[in-house]
Amino acid sequence: MKTYTQIPIEFTINGKKVSLEVEAGETALKIIRDRLLLKGTKEGCGIGECGACTIVVDGKSVNACLMLAAQLHGREVVTVEGLAEGDRLSPLQQSFVDRHAVQCGFCTPGFLMSSHALLNENPNPDRREIIDAISGNLCRCTGYQQIVDSIEEAAGRLRKEKTR
Amino acid sequence: MSRDVAYVRPDTLEEALAFLQDTGRTSRVIAGGTDVVPGLRSGTVNSGYLLDISCLSELKGIEEEEGDLFIGSGVTLTEIFFSKAVARVAPALQRAARVFGSRQMRNMATIGGNICRASPAGDTLPVLYALDAQLELVSASSSRRVAVKDFIRGPGDIAIASEELLRGVRLKETPGIGVHRFEKVGNRKVLAISIVSLAALLGLSDMGVVENVRLAWGSVAPTVVRSTRVEQYLTGRPLTAETLYEVFPLVQEAISPIDDIRASAAYRRRIAGNLLFRLLTNRKTSDSGPGVL
Repeated sequence: MKTYTQIPIEFTINGKKVSLEVEAGETALKIIRDRLLLKGTKEGCGIGECGACTIVVDGKSVNACLMLAAQLHGREVVTVEGLAEGDRLSPLQQSFVDRHAVQCGFCTPGFLMSSHALLNENPNPDRREIIDAISGNLCRCTGYQQIVDSIEEAAGRLRKEKTR
Repeated sequence: MSRDVAYVRPDTLEEALAFLQDTGRTSRVIAGGTDVVPGLRSGTVNSGYLLDISCLSELKGIEEEEGDLFIGSGVTLTEIFFSKAVARVAPALQRAARVFGSRQMRNMATIGGNICRASPAGDTLPVLYALDAQLELVSASSSRRVAVKDFIRGPGDIAIASEELLRGVRLKETPGIGVHRFEKVGNRKVLAISIVSLAALLGLSDMGVVENVRLAWGSVAPTVVRSTRVEQYLTGRPLTAETLYEVFPLVQEAISPIDDIRASAAYRRRIAGNLLFRLLTNRKTSDSGPGVL
């Protein structure tokens, strides 16, 4: 079986197919930020405890700092850059703006991705399910209430859009 | 980040086992990555092969076989939490999956990784001890079963040969057990490494007398602790506060906690006993998951 120190990988990120070579020990976070130059995904703790690096892989929220870049092969990835359509913010992003869920903003991409995964899985979450879904994300500014409110509001907006 | 590591991605279990047969001694198995990747970052994993088993479909199944349950080592904690079969055969395991790490980690981390990491604080381990779980280990030329309590020898120390891979864990149904609990005390409700945890399986008579009991504590010794003396003492006695006070000294004899950054040994001793008192409340359900703000 072939072993690699430089691993060729192909995957989809925000709807675009990319192929590149990554190092064996590199994280998904590193290549997303430093090779693909998608700087929205943040590195906070680097060990899975803060959630700032949360991305959505095959529909599930994961910590990009805990994933090998090589493990992106064949996967479907969404980062915070994949939420807006052109200049139009997604309903989730717009709710974060409207409800003042952003203060310093460092944690925001992670919260958006955790809640993006939640709303795809469960378009009608109750407050408790929202709290559960974002409990792996730390925010030191907001006190969380505005973030939970935003996600609740976004869920409502998305449901309305769908029934229209 | 080390440059001395190489990466291998087998397409089948057979390929993975063939690779381990030749190069097991210098290989590190990676699945969810939640433990190995921080190891790469800190330098504790710095050479050899990373054998990526995360794509092996052979390790991802949850199967029911005549009432027993087989959970593949590559099954994630999220999959365990949502599995109806797990909820039926091993509700305490479902509860452990609920309070494990964070949502993101549960989406990545596997039960096989939690077992092979052999941390005294591993959240699935007390439940697996209480259920007398059997592990299935396979190599290119062999297959064997071993009890989880014999597999884990100490923190990070497991009885596995370099050519072997954990294929999965086998759980038996527990007739006569009506109460399935997993209780955990940590510094916060989620993303917490347990300070003390307790898996408790109880069968009570209509009068509240203990007929069956299996208790397993985490984070109070180098490995998960079960105590025959504690279980024997409780059997035949009513599940009351009085009984639990009486058994407190036997619990203290069974455990050997340490002081560390998360808690003192003295605190762990007190909590190991006190967690039993949670069994007096909400006997049918347990809810130590994330709370409402």
